[in-house]
Parts: sequence; C-alpha cells; structure tokens
Amino acid sequence: MIPVIEVKHLGKQFPGFKAVDDLSFTVYQGDVYGFLGQNGAGKSTTIRMLLSLIAPSSGTIRIFGKDMASSRNEILRQTGAVIERPDLYKYLSALENLAVFARLSGLKLPESTLMKKLEQVGLAERADSKVRTFSQGMKQRLGIAVALVHDPALIVLDEPTNGLDPQGIADIRNLIISLSRDHGKTVLVSSHLLSEMEQMASRMIIIDRGKKIVEGEMRELLDPAHVLLEVVTTDPPGTAEWIGQSQWARLPFDNMDGRLQIRMDRKDIPSFTRELVGSGADVISVNPRNSLEEYFLSLTSGGQYVGAH
Amino acid sequence: MWELIKLELFKVFRKPRTFIAFGAITAIVGLIQMGFYVDGESYINFGMQALSDSFEVDGKILNGYLLAYIILQTLLVHVPLLIALVSGDMISGEANMGTLRLLITKPVSRARLISAKFLASAIYTMLLLLWMAIWALFVSMLVFGTDDMIIMKSEVVTQVLESDTMWRYFAAFGFASLAMITVSSLAFFLSIFAENSIGPIIACMSIVIVFTILNTLNLPIFNLVKPYLFTSHMLGWKGFFDVKVNADNEQIIGSIENLPAVMKSAAILLFHIIGFWLASIFVFRKKDIMS
Repeated sequence: MIPVIEVKHLGKQFPGFKAVDDLSFTVYQGDVYGFLGQNGAGKSTTIRMLLSLIAPSSGTIRIFGKDMASSRNEILRQTGAVIERPDLYKYLSALENLAVFARLSGLKLPESTLMKKLEQVGLAERADSKVRTFSQGMKQRLGIAVALVHDPALIVLDEPTNGLDPQGIADIRNLIISLSRDHGKTVLVSSHLLSEMEQMASRMIIIDRGKKIVEGEMRELLDPAHVLLEVVTTDPPGTAEWIGQSQWARLPFDNMDGRLQIRMDRKDIPSFTRELVGSGADVISVNPRNSLEEYFLSLTSGGQYVGAH
Repeated sequence: MWELIKLELFKVFRKPRTFIAFGAITAIVGLIQMGFYVDGESYINFGMQALSDSFEVDGKILNGYLLAYIILQTLLVHVPLLIALVSGDMISGEANMGTLRLLITKPVSRARLISAKFLASAIYTMLLLLWMAIWALFVSMLVFGTDDMIIMKSEVVTQVLESDTMWRYFAAFGFASLAMITVSSLAFFLSIFAENSIGPIIACMSIVIVFTILNTLNLPIFNLVKPYLFTSHMLGWKGFFDVKVNADNEQIIGSIENLPAVMKSAAILLFHIIGFWLASIFVFRKKDIMS
C-alpha cells in the first residue's frame, strides 16, 4: 500500500483551546478514507491544515511523500478540494467559475473539456447560468467539478453532502465511490454521519475533541466478530510496552491518553486478559465494545453521531 | 503572474460594484460640466472681478483646461471612497463569499496571489483615473474649447500657456494615480483583516479623513507628523501647474517651479504603496484562513 497522506503528531492550538491534539493517521492510494467526528471534533481544522489553509502548531504533514511546509504548490497541483460549503463566484456562470479555477491550477482548458467536466456532475445544461441562481445541491456539484477540473490524484471533501436532499446525497456518494473505483483516485471525505461512511469509506478514522479515537479498515471496524478492547491499567506505558512485545503486537493497537485500545476477535479476550494479568499488570478494567456505532456513541458525550437511517 | 492578474481583473470587472465608481465619476463630472455650461460665465466673472480691475483679460477663461483643473481639485477628495469600494473588497470580499479558502487550495503561492490581487486593484485605480481624465479633460476640451489656463490662488495668479498645458495634465493624472493607488493599497491591506468589505472601506476612509484633518490643523504637535502622512502629499499634482518665471517675470515653457518637492511627494507615496504591499504579503502569508 502506497501512503498518500501521512500525518504525524499534528496539533493546532487556537487561543484558549486546542482544536487538534497529537493526531496521526495515514491515507493510502485508492482509499476512500472516512474522517468521522461530531461537529467541533476538529475535522475541518485538520482538513484545513492538510490544504495549507491554516498552519499546524505542531506535527508534520506529508502528502505524495512530500512535506507540506516545503512542497505546498507541488502537492496542491495534484489535490482537489471542497471545504464545507462549496462557495463559488456568484456573479460568474458555472463555466466561468470552472475556467477561473482551472487557470489557477495552471490549466487553460478548452470550453469542450470544461463542458465535459460539467456533464460529469450533471450541470452541462446550466453551464451559462450564474451561480447565484443555483440550488445548494447544484453548487455542491459544481464545487466538486471545480475540485476535479485539474484531474487531481487526491480529492479532499469536507462534509460534501451537507444541505443536500436524499437524491443529492446518493449522487455525491456514487460519485465518490466511482472516483476511487473507476478512476483510481484517493479520496478523503469528512462527515458526522456514520451511515454515510459505512456506505462509501474503505478505511476510516474517528476523532473527538481533536484526538484520534479509532482508525482502521471499515470492514474490520464494522465486523461483529471483532471487538475493540479498551484496557485500563495503573501503568499504561508499561502495559503498552508489554503488548508491543507479546503475541498481541500483531493486532491494531492504540494508546489514547493512557486508554489502551486493541482490536481483536471476541474469542481471544480471555487468553489476552489472562496473559495481561500474568505479566504482573494491575488491571483496572477490560472493556470490550461490540459495534463501532455503540463504541463511538459511548465515547462522545453528546451522542450526536447518527447511525443507520 | 500576468495570467493571475488577468484573472483578478476579469473577476473585478464582472462585479457590479466595480462600475459604481465609473458611473459616479461620469455623473459627477457631467453635472459639473453642465453647471459650468449653463452658468459658468457668471462664476468666472465673479472670480475674475479683482483681476479685471487691474488687468485686461481677454480670451476664453472658462475653457476645458480650467474646468479639468476645477474637477480634479474637487473630485480627488472624494475618489478615495470609490477606490476603497473595490480595493477594500479584494480579500475581504473573497472571505465573505467563501471563495478565499478555495483560492488558497490552488497551487499558487500566497505571495503571488496577494501580489496579483494588489496589482489588479492598482490597475483598476489607474483605469478609474484614466476614465476621469477622459471625462474631465478631453470631454471638457471638446465642450468648452481650449485656451491658456489661468489658476487663481490666494496670493498668486498663474497663467499656463495653452501649448504648455497638455503634458502637465498627463503628469498630474499620473501623480494623481500614484496618490489614489496609495489609498487603494491601504484599503487592500485593511481588507486582509476582515471578512466583509464594509470594515476595510470604513477604516480606510476614516484614516484618510483623520489624516486630512490633521493636515488642516496648524498645531506644532501635528506639524511634526504631517510630512510623514500620505495625505499631505496627495495634492502634489498641483505642483505641475506651478510654472517657473525668468528675471523678466516671463514663464519658462516646460518648467515646474518646485520639481524636487513634487518628486519628494511622489517618492513618499511610492514608499507607502510598497510598504502596504509588503505588509500585505507578510500578514497574508501567516494568516489562518478560517472563513
């Protein structure tokens, strides 16, 4: 697997609060990578740092193997993005908007090519209409056309289905899946809806209050045979070290502020617990979480995540 | 870079607000011309009363050159508002519309982006001054004809020969462009800090008004800072109409009485423009785009 985005120990401190705290994750080529978290969890701040809109307070971002701080333009040449609402120039037509942003990407595309891009998002018939006359869904589709106009290898979409009707949501979802499956694009897409992620993401991260809660393959995260075991001991670093050296080191493992999480088969829990106690660790609790939905609902205080509709 | 500037100009001239300034200048100049066309003679006669008692004055006193001078003098006080309307919107307008974040995700460095926008607003300002020159000078020449130009100041009367006038206007409009680009640069700089254009426009106008008031107050404490205020130098264009005279009190064609003072004013304005440009790049490069 070729890493496209590598984020390590990313942090963003605003006056009075930390929006992103020691966040690390990797997005691989061809992934539809879901970025899930409730409103205010730090998704948009992270995405803005990935796109150089805001400067990180700490940590590193590498995209296409290059450092964002030193190779910004090279990276952005291969990246397309829609950030929150796809606001465009209201006084320009759809075609003019597309032409302006293509030129900003260094491309002088003929009108026929631009029209094809509009066709791709179903806006060819409204090519000459001013954007101010567009509905939210049409703006969203045009925003995606703008993000795709320079044929980028990486597409970053921040809450792309916000404000859309069910048909619009389905259209965008199918487009994202098609971009990855048929065109080999890597897509990072954020949402606060688990159901949306279930339908399109291949891998996913959940963040809360700027911190990573869990990251992994979608099918593993959603597999009922697997549980996410939350282990609390009196000596988390020591326990983490023991896990790292034991037979359990092969399993996905995270240390979240002293709360150790290990993804494993339900049937392995007794032997793991036995070995952990046998290692001399003072175990306070071993708590298996059954499903992803239950897991993150319990982790987020407000329970604002929405599961399956 | 030119490609970026063209894109910015394309956007500027597709915005309806851009044409407010062109429309306002056309309307104001047209009104002044109409007023002088209808009642200009009595106005001139009143102004020339004291002069006519001592001198024999013939020729066409109310001509296109004089009217252009009057219009320039009147309008250049108010044009900053029209300029701030567009320049103060260059960054804040994009932030307000939500397009700034999309611009920043494109593979163009922030310094280049800000420079292209800065230059586009300077070009807009120059085009506005060119428009003003066409209406105030050329249309006035067409309607009122041409002759020597007589300028009355509190203690001096200057007569500029007809043949020696046109180049002075080119220079004056060039200088006025510099003065107005200074205002445009200030509005542009302020627009980086705001997410709607009202703030930068009002802030820019407030600064121009406060500095202008400081200029008019003859207090020692203010006199210390006056040479450094850009508003003190904005009327430097008038220097092009101060003609040198020889020992026989005959004017020297093509001369400017105090060229160093005019050049110094121009240099100070240029210094401000470059200062605002560099400050804009510095601030914008470090700015977190939250809009």
